[in-house]
Amino acid sequence: MENVQCQCGHTNPPGTKLCESCGRSLTEKDQNSKLVDMRYEGTARRSQTYNKSIIDKIWNFFSSVKVGVSIIVILLVAAAIGTILPQQAFVPASTEATIQAYYADTYGSVGRVYHALGFHDLYSSFWFIALVGMLAISLVIASLDRFVPLYKSLKNQRVLRHPSFMDKQRIYGSGPGAEDTLEKAETKLKELKYNVRTDKNGLLAEKGRFSRWGPYVNHIGLIIFLFGVMLRMIPGFYIDESLWLREGETRAIPEVPGYYLENKNFKLETYTGEGEDARFEEAIDRVGTVVKNYQTDIVLYQEPEDSLPGATDNLEVIQEYPIRVNQPLKFDGYAVYQMDYKLNELKAMTFALTNKETEESLGELTIDLINPVDTYELEGGSTVELLGYYPDFSGFEDGEPQTATPLPNNPGFLVELTTPETPAGETSFITIQNTVEPLGENQFKLTFQNADTRNVSGLTVRKDSTLPILGIGGLIFMIGVAQGMYFNHRRFWIQQKADGTILLAGHTNKNWFGLKKDLDRVVDSAKLPAYTDQQDEIDKAEKAEKEGEVSS
Amino acid sequence: MTVKKKKRSYIRAVILLVMAGAIVFTIYNSFAGGKSELLQVGDEAPDFTLVDLEGKKHQLSDYQGQGVFVNFWGTWCKPCEKEFPLMENQYQVYKDQGVQILAVNIAQSDYEVRQFAEQRDLTFPIVIDKTKSVMEAYNIRPLPTTLLVNPEGKITKIITGEMSEEDIASYMEEIKPE
Repeated sequence: MENVQCQCGHTNPPGTKLCESCGRSLTEKDQNSKLVDMRYEGTARRSQTYNKSIIDKIWNFFSSVKVGVSIIVILLVAAAIGTILPQQAFVPASTEATIQAYYADTYGSVGRVYHALGFHDLYSSFWFIALVGMLAISLVIASLDRFVPLYKSLKNQRVLRHPSFMDKQRIYGSGPGAEDTLEKAETKLKELKYNVRTDKNGLLAEKGRFSRWGPYVNHIGLIIFLFGVMLRMIPGFYIDESLWLREGETRAIPEVPGYYLENKNFKLETYTGEGEDARFEEAIDRVGTVVKNYQTDIVLYQEPEDSLPGATDNLEVIQEYPIRVNQPLKFDGYAVYQMDYKLNELKAMTFALTNKETEESLGELTIDLINPVDTYELEGGSTVELLGYYPDFSGFEDGEPQTATPLPNNPGFLVELTTPETPAGETSFITIQNTVEPLGENQFKLTFQNADTRNVSGLTVRKDSTLPILGIGGLIFMIGVAQGMYFNHRRFWIQQKADGTILLAGHTNKNWFGLKKDLDRVVDSAKLPAYTDQQDEIDKAEKAEKEGEVSS
Repeated sequence: MTVKKKKRSYIRAVILLVMAGAIVFTIYNSFAGGKSELLQVGDEAPDFTLVDLEGKKHQLSDYQGQGVFVNFWGTWCKPCEKEFPLMENQYQVYKDQGVQILAVNIAQSDYEVRQFAEQRDLTFPIVIDKTKSVMEAYNIRPLPTTLLVNPEGKITKIITGEMSEEDIASYMEEIKPE
């Protein structure tokens, strides 16, 4: 491509639409059109003009707004697809195989296809991240390619433009003027807070140029935001872990080295409708129970500096705290939130050793399901020996009782009962509401008396060091939006020819009404010629033509 | 003009490279799981200390100079159950050649673990991670997970899932001190 020489003698880079110096239209198409296209001041977008090396080609690809918009559309569609079924992080399965089975079982063939296509982990898939990255590249390159020429052009703009530039502006007027017209216009424009520059027989008044930088400021904010999101993937910046903590348990906090949490007590309080809560009585009657408070009383421990994982006998109490909804435990940059709960998980079971015939009790024993022991001695000289304990009994395999999980959801006990009457001992296998006597008919049995339960707290551990970066990115984004939306870049060009004729042109990037209002005041005080809105004229003409067609 | 063009090409190449690098970096990190201190083969095995069923303390670093076969397990885990007799067999072969087994139970009761060990006549030390802190330090997800620690204290292999007796034998051979 060749440089373009304008009639005025100025040499413009290839691709320029309006001469950088005088403003003449440089292409035939533009010369014949009634109005000029003022986008990017008619400068050559750099990317369109060089297309040689592979780097230039990649650059040009990302510089295209069409490409940018396409990436956004693809991202939107992909993000929408990710919401059709729950993402894998939110399904109750943890291993590859069980996750796959969950989708297939719960959503049928749709779920199977969804999983096969990898949509179950869409937002962290390599192609989704790559697309977001490409959007970032597109933002940077498209902005650079437009911002640099626009900045240069606005910085170097001349006061005097060629009449052919002026008469192709949307706001245009010409007519006779007085000797002091230019001076008066200058004074009035300055009064209206315009920056006015004069050159020989003309002036350029300009206001709000910084509004043109709005989109680029906005893009900088977006890039910072995306950078913050990228940091989340780096270990140590972002933690979002869940922890089920049973009453009485002390556990290492996931992803928080050296800290431990103990659940002292979980409580769920509801509005009673009495006393202070009497005012809620009506609502409670209408909807049933209403929860007032979810609370986990915890103790936070820290291990000493030189301590090793596993050594838990020397933990130091850091603080006790009631974690409630929206009142997380905060320490060392981490926050622990109350998120979920399970009530009444079995904790201990009490049985009576009874004679099956007479139903006479020989005493009671309580088996701690969390920490059972080998032998339970009863007062009358009887003993119950625990031969096997299956906290979540799931059936027999090769004659052996099995447990599905380590949680006491369905405890099974293999016991040997020894009483003064039966010193040889009797074996029985007990599950909830069921007793099996594998070695023949027994004289004694364990009769269930009552059970102790405990509650389970679902806690979430969070740390997000990227929040300040996301905040700054968001703020800059909003500043850019405000800059571009609420401010306008207004310009007037006024020239007086040798014969006294005044040429007047105006341009703004938005809000033409405001521009005209400013101009009306200048026209009034400086006695400028009347102007027309040429876009309105064109629109009117088109409308009239259409109506003419209809009526004929 | 050509100098200017060259400079422009250079700047473009740098910008593109930096941004492509950032994307690759992000993707790599997202696949690494974003976990802090994710253990990898070649890493120093984090030291820990746990108590066995006899009340004896076992500290990993005490076994420096021996190969340590660290197995994370639970009584409810079927593959763990199948592995244990095989591990016991191989333990009998390799314990005199400087290979130690540390079976780390995940937070179960002494009673359950002892019953399990006694029924299977297990002789290698079984320790219980009561607070799951070792499990956290090692980022253990599925059970069973086995880590091979060589005599220098480095992790040479991480095995998730069930192992055959041949596997176990070859792993022990691998970490046997020379």
